Amino acid sequence: MIENRPGLTLLAHLTLMAGVVIVALPVWVAFVASTHTATDFMSGTIPLWPGPHLVENYARMLDTGVSTSGTPPVGTMMLNSLVMALLIACGKIAISITSAFAIVYFRFPLRTLAFWCIFITLMLPVEVRIVPTFQVVADLGMLNSYAGLTIPLIASATATFLFRQVFLTIPDELTEAARIDGAGPMKFFRDILLPLSRTNIAALFVILFIYGWNQYLWPLLITTSSDYYTIVAGIKRMADAVDGLPQWHLVMATAMLAMLPPVAVVIGMQRLFVKGLVETEK
Amino acid sequence: MASITLDKVGKIYAGGTRAVGDVSIDIADGEFIVLVGPSGCGKSTLLRMVAGLEAISEGTVRIGNRVVNDIEPADRDIAMVFQNYALYPHMSVRQNLAYGLKNRRTPRAEIERRVAQAAAILQIGPFLDRKPRALSGGQRQRVAMGRAIVREPAAFLFDEPLSNLDAKLRVTMRLEIKELQRRLRTTSIYVTHDQLEAMTLADRLVVLNAGRIEQIGTPLEVYRKPASTFVAGFIGSPAMNLISSRAVPHLPAAAQAGTIGIRPEDLSVAPDGPLEMEVLAVEELGAQRLVHGQTGGERLTVAMPSDAPLSDTLRLTYRPGSLHLFHPETGRRID
Ligand SMILES: Nc1ncnc2c1ncn2[C@@H]1O[C@H](COP(=O)(O)OP(=O)(O)OP(=O)(O)O)[C@@H](O)[C@H]1O
Ligand SMILES: [Mg+2]
Repeated sequence: MIENRPGLTLLAHLTLMAGVVIVALPVWVAFVASTHTATDFMSGTIPLWPGPHLVENYARMLDTGVSTSGTPPVGTMMLNSLVMALLIACGKIAISITSAFAIVYFRFPLRTLAFWCIFITLMLPVEVRIVPTFQVVADLGMLNSYAGLTIPLIASATATFLFRQVFLTIPDELTEAARIDGAGPMKFFRDILLPLSRTNIAALFVILFIYGWNQYLWPLLITTSSDYYTIVAGIKRMADAVDGLPQWHLVMATAMLAMLPPVAVVIGMQRLFVKGLVETEK
Repeated sequence: MASITLDKVGKIYAGGTRAVGDVSIDIADGEFIVLVGPSGCGKSTLLRMVAGLEAISEGTVRIGNRVVNDIEPADRDIAMVFQNYALYPHMSVRQNLAYGLKNRRTPRAEIERRVAQAAAILQIGPFLDRKPRALSGGQRQRVAMGRAIVREPAAFLFDEPLSNLDAKLRVTMRLEIKELQRRLRTTSIYVTHDQLEAMTLADRLVVLNAGRIEQIGTPLEVYRKPASTFVAGFIGSPAMNLISSRAVPHLPAAAQAGTIGIRPEDLSVAPDGPLEMEVLAVEELGAQRLVHGQTGGERLTVAMPSDAPLSDTLRLTYRPGSLHLFHPETGRRID
């Protein structure tokens, strides 16, 4: 739509600004809170401008954490979250792209059955099958381990369909040209399919990284050792302090820190990510 | 370089559709064969069976002296040029050309030599480091041909390689393909539905209809002596007039019952001609004028010089010896 009316432009900008304010305000409040002391918050009026305790609060979180709620320093939890998010993102991409490759390019017995099995996992996210999954993970002795944190979340096929769609848009003639050029299946996968799905992989990586980073219920359930606490679940543990008021300034400082890696991933992969979402030319 | 022999080749697709039946062609070493026919007649299917992209349901295909029915496409020593080029979009032109050679473990120096040579022949040197996306249709077509040339295969297979180009470029590329093939003397099979392209390129034409061969012959043979009404109507532009012999008076007795074929250019205006045509429409082509009309209930097209006089009814005559006679039921030529 190409319009050139100043009134409309103004309106559009006002709407956008209102949107930005609505989204940004809670983040701002969290940031402000993380720069005050605990007592400033309990006094009844919430301050709207940053206070003088920024360095102190963040240093404390990075260094020792909140010992009263039994959480380790933020660094450990961030590392756990990072490992978990990366494993989930990479694992899911690896599994999905290979299964999509099999489904699109090979005719094997029970192919339709395999396809439907994958399809059904779409309807069964972890939250739905959480009790049996917990049982299985516990029986396999994977509680309090990275394997237990990630494998149940990797094993679902959402992304298979994305890659299937991508592969279906690759013209048959390209596949045939590769066949004539002597590229066997694996070579075709490596030399043609992977590079052609590069932008989709990047887009998916961003989405899955954030998905993995934001996991809450599952890590909360299966980690009992503080060595494996993830940051999102950790924030929750900090917030329910048993023997006193939650230390909101520290919780907010942790929340601010927890936001950084996803933001970094989004900014870092922005160019590829947007390309992956909008690109149609193959 | 090699000869290609198709022996009673047929294709039945899963589901039972018969796309090709009983096709036998002997293609000599270095020959340029064009498969031509209307859409859906099985040209691509036939070509793809030679390429190995489609399983052969019946008969045998030999390339050189080797039966290739069960040999992978990459090992058949052929190169194929596709209609939409099928260039690898993420590779530069150079990588596109080199990819097949790399997969066959050709030494690097040899790859470079062949790529440089193909680039020189096709004048794509300046684009070698571009991606296909940054090329025009004609340039992409050249790259696709380059990819075939560098392989130095026993045969080139073309599946409508020019149909994505505009009319003018099609004519120049057509000539280039012809010259290239002359020069390399590589056996070639070329698929097209454009009869003009077929006529200009072919050493021999194979006219297909509904999966079967109607006629094989040099372009002139096929043009002068079409073997059936199908070929007569398909080859030549404007198409040959096919009318019932009853509409033409004073025919020799042998021709009394059948279908008569007359090429539009073999008809001319003559005040005392045997045919009277009621004019329905006129197409001006510049050098020529096509007059469409009807005579005795049959449609007729006449090609005449653009300065010939026109009126609502025209009396026409045909060049002696220019009538083609076809069997009324089978449609086969009667000599
Ligand atoms: N995979 C397939 N399965 C079943 N039938 C097919 C398949 N591919 C082609 N056919 C049928 O086989 C016949 C020949 O198809 P083919 O593609 O060889 O035609 P063509 O002569 O190349 O036509 P065009 O000029 O339109 O490319 C058609 O009737 C088509 O419907
Ligand atoms: Mg075709």
